[in-house]
Amino acid sequence: MQTIRNIGTGSYLPPKILTNFDLRKMAQKISRRSFLKGTVATACSLAAAGIPESASGADDKQQLATLLDIRKCIGCEACVEACKKVNNKKYPVPQKPFPKMYPDRVPVMDWSEKQDVTDRLTPYNWLYIQRAFVNINGKETEITIPRRCMHCTNPACVKLCPWGAARQLKNGISRIDPEICLGGAKCKAVCPWHIPQRQTGVGLYLDILPSLAGNGVMFKCDRCYNRIAEGKLPACIEVCPEDVQTIGPRDKIIKKAHELAKEINGYIYGEKENGGTNTIYVSPVPFQQLHKAAEKGEGKPHLNPVKDTMADANKLAAAMIIAPIAGLAAAVGKFYKMTKSGE
Amino acid sequence: MNIRHDNTRKNKKSIIRYFYLINVFFLILTGSGQMPIFNRYYIADIPGLGWLGEFYVTHYMHYLFAIIFIAFITYIITDHLLSKLKNIKITSSGYFRGGIISGVVITGGLLVIRNLRGSGFEPGFIIFLDLSHLGLVIMLLVAGIYCAVFKKRWAENK
Repeated sequence: MQTIRNIGTGSYLPPKILTNFDLRKMAQKISRRSFLKGTVATACSLAAAGIPESASGADDKQQLATLLDIRKCIGCEACVEACKKVNNKKYPVPQKPFPKMYPDRVPVMDWSEKQDVTDRLTPYNWLYIQRAFVNINGKETEITIPRRCMHCTNPACVKLCPWGAARQLKNGISRIDPEICLGGAKCKAVCPWHIPQRQTGVGLYLDILPSLAGNGVMFKCDRCYNRIAEGKLPACIEVCPEDVQTIGPRDKIIKKAHELAKEINGYIYGEKENGGTNTIYVSPVPFQQLHKAAEKGEGKPHLNPVKDTMADANKLAAAMIIAPIAGLAAAVGKFYKMTKSGE
Repeated sequence: MNIRHDNTRKNKKSIIRYFYLINVFFLILTGSGQMPIFNRYYIADIPGLGWLGEFYVTHYMHYLFAIIFIAFITYIITDHLLSKLKNIKITSSGYFRGGIISGVVITGGLLVIRNLRGSGFEPGFIIFLDLSHLGLVIMLLVAGIYCAVFKKRWAENK
């Protein structure tokens, strides 16, 4: 079994320049047989390229990041299927009928009858292929982009969760604990891409005040944290027949992303967005162009630049250290003034 | 002359009291805004209160009021130690409330550290911090109401 230990540290295989024609041709060629062959080839190339690294980059100092070379993605959805298959046991099994919600404005979110939906993010679909038609060198080209949680380096969803249900693992994965989450959807509201998706009728809120507080559990990609802990690859990376994704320690992945972007005169997304993420996209097309062309909306994240959402408040943290000094100085100043005036 | 001096002292006391109450009110308000309740329960729909439904705004405001609060309590404690120790003693209800406030400040401070990039608290400890911060604020609220009703003061003359 290929382990994470070997990923992302070896020499990077020069990516092919794929034209629209190539993409279509490859997509047509994809059969189960070639798919399996591709998987084996992927594993072998990764094993050959391996340089020992600290276990899965999951030492306390390094976060694991993924590099997505979106030129290579052919939109075959093998990653989507693998994600569904591997994470099936984590999917919600809601209790019905749902509790009556008060006030009425609280929306019931039920995806349990639409588990087959794959064209957006849902509680049952944590990865989808976003499609954008762009003009490259005068040719109408379909670009397909695997979209899921970006796994920010300082994730607002984790930091601002009022109950600690969302957590960041030492290897940079952010995940939501379904045993604790109440489904208030704050994580979705503060996520710049609004990634987490709610399923009503499941989770802890049913045992507390089901009608008045909470509304289910939030679900999103946990980058197969359990597989990574076992030394395996996330399912979407393991099955990809085109090696779209590479995983490894963040600094190495960033370096590779820059090398690749330089080589193809391309663009990077995710390195600086929201103060830095662990999902780095490299594209031959500017991301603003992709953003304009891609279908966006509920469960379909954008590709806009994102400022560091935690930065403003965290700057105030420094002032919090100064605050007691200011209070102390004011009191001492008052005392000095009193002593001087002989009160 | 003495009457004027007493009035000035009373005015100072009431300014400090109102400053404390207003600060604690906004801390509780913005702190409550960290839970997804103001939108759900129409409070953010009230004209002028829309900002209560904005998590980043309430988070930032909570930090601002926390900074003012920390400076304020440091001033009060230092002032007491320097110039009031001889004449005024803290009552038991004062010590009790002071203890709760210390707990709120410590848990809040640790949550601020948790929010910094690269902080590595264990998930269980974060849950403990979240719940204890909330629990201590509820205790402070209950203790404050009790002390207001039964006229329990923070401090009294020796």
